Amino acid sequence: MKCFSRYLPYIFRPTNTILSSSCHTEADIISTVEFNPTGELLATGDKGGRVVIFQREQESKNQPHRRGEYNVYSTFQSHEPEFDYLKSLEIEEKINKIRWIPQQNAAYFLLSTNDKTVKLWKVSERDKRPEGYNLKDEDGRLRDPCTITTLRVPAFRPMDLMVEATPRRVFSNAHTYHINSISVNSDYETYMSADDLRINLWNLEITNRSFNIVDIKPANMEELTEVITAAEFHPHHCNTFVYSSSKGTIRLCDMRSSALCDQHAKFFEEPEDPSNRSFFSEIISSISDVKFSHSGKYIMTRDYLTIKVWDLNMENRPVETYQVHDYLRSKLCSLYENDCIFDKFECVWNGSDSVIMTGSYNNFFRMFDRNTKRDVTLEASRENSKPRAILKPRKVCVGGKRRKDEISVDSLDFSKKILHTAWHPSENIITVAATNNLYIFQDKVN
Amino acid sequence: MFARGIKRKCFDGEDEVDGSLAGFKAIPSYNLQRQSLLDMSLVKLQLCHMLVEPNLCRSVLIANTVRQIQEEMTQDGTWQIINAQSTGQTSLDRLVSTDILCRSSKEQGEGKFISGYSSFSTDFEETRSQDISELSTVTSVQTSRNMQNLWEMGSPQDNKGNFQKSLDQIFETLENKNPNSVEDLFSDVDTSYYDLDTVLTGMMGNTKMGHCEVLENFSSQATTNSSSNCKTELNEIDHIVEILVES
Repeated sequence: MKCFSRYLPYIFRPTNTILSSSCHTEADIISTVEFNPTGELLATGDKGGRVVIFQREQESKNQPHRRGEYNVYSTFQSHEPEFDYLKSLEIEEKINKIRWIPQQNAAYFLLSTNDKTVKLWKVSERDKRPEGYNLKDEDGRLRDPCTITTLRVPAFRPMDLMVEATPRRVFSNAHTYHINSISVNSDYETYMSADDLRINLWNLEITNRSFNIVDIKPANMEELTEVITAAEFHPHHCNTFVYSSSKGTIRLCDMRSSALCDQHAKFFEEPEDPSNRSFFSEIISSISDVKFSHSGKYIMTRDYLTIKVWDLNMENRPVETYQVHDYLRSKLCSLYENDCIFDKFECVWNGSDSVIMTGSYNNFFRMFDRNTKRDVTLEASRENSKPRAILKPRKVCVGGKRRKDEISVDSLDFSKKILHTAWHPSENIITVAATNNLYIFQDKVN
Repeated sequence: MFARGIKRKCFDGEDEVDGSLAGFKAIPSYNLQRQSLLDMSLVKLQLCHMLVEPNLCRSVLIANTVRQIQEEMTQDGTWQIINAQSTGQTSLDRLVSTDILCRSSKEQGEGKFISGYSSFSTDFEETRSQDISELSTVTSVQTSRNMQNLWEMGSPQDNKGNFQKSLDQIFETLENKNPNSVEDLFSDVDTSYYDLDTVLTGMMGNTKMGHCEVLENFSSQATTNSSSNCKTELNEIDHIVEILVES
C-alpha cells in the first residue's frame, strides 16, 4: 500500500505538494493524472492498477494559505492483472487513462482504463449507516432466532465519513489492441475508447455493446504503417472528435456524416521541413497526445520535440509551434537506441487556454505563454520544492560555456521523465507526475 | 557525433576534409551510420515480434524506419552491393530476413563496414568472411544454448534456403499472437532489449558499448586513415574486427 508523505503545497510562485510513496516499486509509478471538472478532486492512476483520489482542502479563514492543499480522499484497486487464455496473454493492470464524468449528483463518477478494459467507478460519501436490523446484529451477523423477541424499525445513525468506490460498469472485450485514450462526450451519455487501430463509441449505461467509429486496420497487416496514438471529443460539439496518428497527422471526424468515420472531415498536417529531414523524422513527428482547448477553437498536439497549436479552421499548418527540448535533436540516435524516443509525453491547457504545459526529461516541465510567447522550464524535485518556496526556472545549456545554474544536455537524466501533467480547470494549480511522486504546485497566493 | 551525423546535411559540414578525400570519407561514414541504424532497428523489430503483444506504435515506427533505410539503400545501390557480396540471394526481403535479421547486429555492422572497402582487397574479403563465419558459429551456439525456443520462429541455424522470413512476415506477426513461451523471457521490451542484445551480439565483455559508440569508433578510424594507404587501413580494420571477435 502507498504511504503518502506530504509537504505543504504551493507554483510559479509555486506551492507544491509532494505526494509520494516512500516504498517505491514499479507498481507505484504514476501512469495518469486528471482533475475533475470542478478541480475539487484530482485522480491518479498507477502501474499497479490503483486509483488514488485527492480532495482539495476547504477554505478556512484562519489558514488561508492552506487552500490548495490536496489530501487523499479515496484509494481503490481499479484493475487487477488478468490473463487472456485464448491468446495466452497477460493483461497488465496499469491504468492508462482516467476521465471524470461531469458531476450530476452527490456522487462522483470516473472512467478508468487499462490496455483492454474500461471501468466506470462511482465514488460516493457515506456519513450515516442503518442500525437496528431485526435479523442481523451490529456487525452484520445473523442473530439467533430465539433471541429475537421484539420487532424494531431500523434507523439511520450518523457515523464517521466514509468514502466508497464501487465499480458500476465494466466495458470489456471490445479492444484487440491497447487502449491509449478515453474521452467523455459533451452529451455526458457516451464516451469513446481508442486503441492502436480502432475507436469505439459507448453509451455509459450499456456495457455489452459498442459502436466502432474508426477502424484503420488494413486487411493485410503487412501494409500497416500508421497507428492511432490519441483521440478526444470536442468539448462542446458532441458529433465532433479528433484523433492523432503516428505519422504526425490529426483527423477531425464528424459523426453526423456517417456512422463509421473512416472518412475524416478535416485533416491537419504540416509539410515536412526538408532541412530537418533525418531517419528519425517520422518517429519524432509521431503525436503522443492531442487536446482540444477549453474553447473548442484549437487543438494542441505533442510530438517528441514540440507542441503545436492548430486552429480548427486551418489544416495546412499549425498556428503556433513551441520547442519543448530542441537540444535533444542532436541526441536522437542515442534516444532511439535506449527507446526514450518512443516516450509518450502528454500536454495540457490552462483554464483560459492562454498557457500550455508539457513534460520533459530530468524531471523538467515546460510552460508556454501563448500571448507573451514567454516560456519557462521548471523542475519537479524534492530538493527544489521546499514548502511554499518559489520554483526556480531551470536552463539547459546547449554547447559553448555553461553558466552557473545551467545544466548541460549531457548531464540530463533520461530516466527521470515527466510524461503526465494536469492543470486545474479554472485556477493556476498544476500537478506533475514524476515517476512515483506527484507534485502539486500552485500560483502565488496573495 | 553520430547522432548529428545521421542527417546528411550535417555530414557535409562535419566532414571537413581536403577535397580529394572528402567524397571518399563522407559516403562510407554516412553508410556506416545508416547501416548501424538499420541493424539496431532490425534487432528491435526482431524483439518486438517475439513478444506476444508488442507495443504496436513502437513496432510500426521502427518498421517504417527500416523501410525508409531500405528504400534509400536500394536507391543508391548499396543493397545491390551487399546483395552481390552475400549469399547470392536476389530478393531484398530475403536478404533482410536471412542475412541481417538473424545474424547478430554488430557482426552485421562489421560486415557492412568492411563491404565498403572490399574492393581494395580480395584477401581481406576472405578474412572477413572467415571472421564472420566464426562469429556466426559462436553466436549460434550461444543462442541455441541460452534460449532455444526463442529461435523457434527464426533460427540462424536453419537452412538458409528454406528460411523465408521476410520483413513483411515480421509485420504480419505483429498481428499473429504466437502463444510461445517467449513472453516469459521478454515480458518487457525495454529491459529485455539489452539482454538479448548481449546474447545476439555475442559481445559479452563489451555490453556497455552501444551501437552508436561502436560506430563512432569505426568512423573515427575511417577518418584518420588515408585512402592512399589501403594496406594499413585494412590492417586497422582487421584489427578492429579482431578486437570485436575477441571481446
